Amino acid sequence: MSNVVLKAENISKQYRLGQLGTGTISHDLNRLIAKLRGKEDPYLKVGDANDRSKTGGSDYVWSLKDINFEVKQGEVLGIIGKNGAGKSTLLKILSQVTTPTTGEVKVRGRIAALLEVGTGFHPDLSGRENIFLNGAILGMTKTEIKNKLDEIIEFSGVAKYIDTPVKRYSSGMMVRLGFAVAAHLEPEILIVDEVLAVGDAEFQKKCMGKMKDVSGQGRTVLFVSHNMSAINNLCTRGILLESGMIKHIGNISDVVSKYLDLGVEGIISEVKYDINEQKKFQIIGAKLLDKNDNQILNAIDVKADFKIRINYLFKENFSSIHLTVFFTNDKGEIVYFIDRTDFADTYFSAETGEYSTTLLFNAPLLLPGRYSVTLGLGNTYTSDNDHKFDILFFEITNTSAFRTSRAGYIFKPVEWPMNKIS
Amino acid sequence: MNEKEDTWDLKIKPHSKWYDLRLGEILRYKDLLLLFVRRDFVSVYKQTILGPIWFFIQPIITSLTFTVIFGNLAHISTDGLPSILFYMCGITLWSYFSDTLSKTSDTFTTNSGIFGKVYFPRMIVPLSVVVSNLIKLGIQFSLFLAIWLYFFVKTDKIHPNETIILIPFLILLIGFMGLSFGIIISSLTTKYRDLKFLVAFGIQLMMYASPIVYPLSIVPEKYKWIILSNPVTSIIETFKYAMLGVGEFNWFHLTYSLVFTIILFFIGLIIFHKVEKSFMDTV
Repeated sequence: MSNVVLKAENISKQYRLGQLGTGTISHDLNRLIAKLRGKEDPYLKVGDANDRSKTGGSDYVWSLKDINFEVKQGEVLGIIGKNGAGKSTLLKILSQVTTPTTGEVKVRGRIAALLEVGTGFHPDLSGRENIFLNGAILGMTKTEIKNKLDEIIEFSGVAKYIDTPVKRYSSGMMVRLGFAVAAHLEPEILIVDEVLAVGDAEFQKKCMGKMKDVSGQGRTVLFVSHNMSAINNLCTRGILLESGMIKHIGNISDVVSKYLDLGVEGIISEVKYDINEQKKFQIIGAKLLDKNDNQILNAIDVKADFKIRINYLFKENFSSIHLTVFFTNDKGEIVYFIDRTDFADTYFSAETGEYSTTLLFNAPLLLPGRYSVTLGLGNTYTSDNDHKFDILFFEITNTSAFRTSRAGYIFKPVEWPMNKIS
Repeated sequence: MNEKEDTWDLKIKPHSKWYDLRLGEILRYKDLLLLFVRRDFVSVYKQTILGPIWFFIQPIITSLTFTVIFGNLAHISTDGLPSILFYMCGITLWSYFSDTLSKTSDTFTTNSGIFGKVYFPRMIVPLSVVVSNLIKLGIQFSLFLAIWLYFFVKTDKIHPNETIILIPFLILLIGFMGLSFGIIISSLTTKYRDLKFLVAFGIQLMMYASPIVYPLSIVPEKYKWIILSNPVTSIIETFKYAMLGVGEFNWFHLTYSLVFTIILFFIGLIIFHKVEKSFMDTV
């Protein structure tokens, strides 16, 4: 109990939607009148849950609602959730940039936030001068910075340009310098938001190492990111936010898998069709399976193989059948199209009966993203066919790399031989 | 459980008592204040050819303009003093007040970027303005002293007296008054932007309601109370009296300015502190 360093009790945050400024005076007056009469703020009672996709009836919205949690000393707490779930609002409250509408946060020790690196850099000042300025903004004293100056400069890797005004820096250098300062802060609680999204891979590794050090020294870290592999690597416990409320709290791997479940609302991994008397052949069902033939319910890791099982039916004998599968991404582009005949010389024939074909797709194949599956069964000679468009939906995620997504369509690993020539 | 309640170092709450101003934090962040001062000072004249010489050019040009317009064209009395000295005396102190006021009056709006990302006592920013303007005042004051010394040696019109020891107090007073007006305006503009338009206009109006381009002695007795109700008046008058030996020195008027500033400053602190906690939602 004694080593709880941060405790959030019932914190909620309400925002007003729409154009600011219109009607604020009248609302302020109503509030004042209510306050003078000893009544509750009339606008606190209204407010919808934070769901961007729906239009609420009220002008007020709860960006966070009844958040309760505790963080113990030395713990690395991951905060995850989809965009708009309230992560940033929570961090803003914890870093005292804004106050909660209700509730209270209690903190033991110094709390420092690393929300965006390079905050308060002045373009005309040199790198060295900005180290002092940025450090002081983040709460360090001049002597503290002086003692660590060499270390900071070395960590940043921009020693050569340290006396150049930062407006001449590249954005990468700016980020390095900013993170270098922040990494040498020594608060009891450090809040980190998405900073690892920038900088090159080598520098990101440095940053991850630094964060591990920080927690190793018995200090507490609150880490917000969309990068599930970083979260999995660094955090011990996690909080999953959804629509401003805590959906799940606990062990980090549970929280991450709950998050992945969330990301695939609308996943359809099984379909069945009634038998159509008009058709001589037809698709009667399809199912998405993992490599152990279990039905897929969650997002598919980019490295995991998956299968599609197709059940189909012939009411008479055919000699020139083809079977087609294609995947369409969420932009409506067909990214992968394969037909039974593509790597064979002939169409295939089939006798009357019910069949099942299970296709194995070896990973990695597709970029992370959402896809739909279209199936087609056809008779080449008569042009009879049974097409089922966009019947299965699945999602590929990448939880084990720094970059969770790339441009392009296909995702196949290659060898990277490096032959030293001179 | 109860004994542990008190061991929390910080509580982030929706509301706090109006007197809980967390002034102790400002001391902890004093290095930041000095760095802000340095930043303001260094960055303003970077990439200018004349650099800090601009600090001299501003009051000289203004004084010359006033000399031509109010002295030579409008023939407004300067109580028998060389007009350049008379105007510069008022302008030096006035510009400290007006610069402080106008620069602190947009504290929240101009710093919303950094305020939105990281917490430090917001009061550091307006305080750093007071200090960096104080340095500017120091430079301009030395220019004024040089001119003052010239006339002191060459003519017998200048009679400095023992009230000169009040000058540090006068500077402190007018600086805090500018700060107090500034932080009140900046707190109110986060929600109601209308005030922003009034600032430049209001400062100008206030200047003409202060004895800068005219001596208090030419104000008709009937309207004198209006000019005297301006809390800046007695500070400027005392300053002129101390340096030049003209004008009025009145303990009662000076006390009025002092009390006015103290009350205004506390009102400012309370409003500012109330706004700093939640302005990110309204700015």
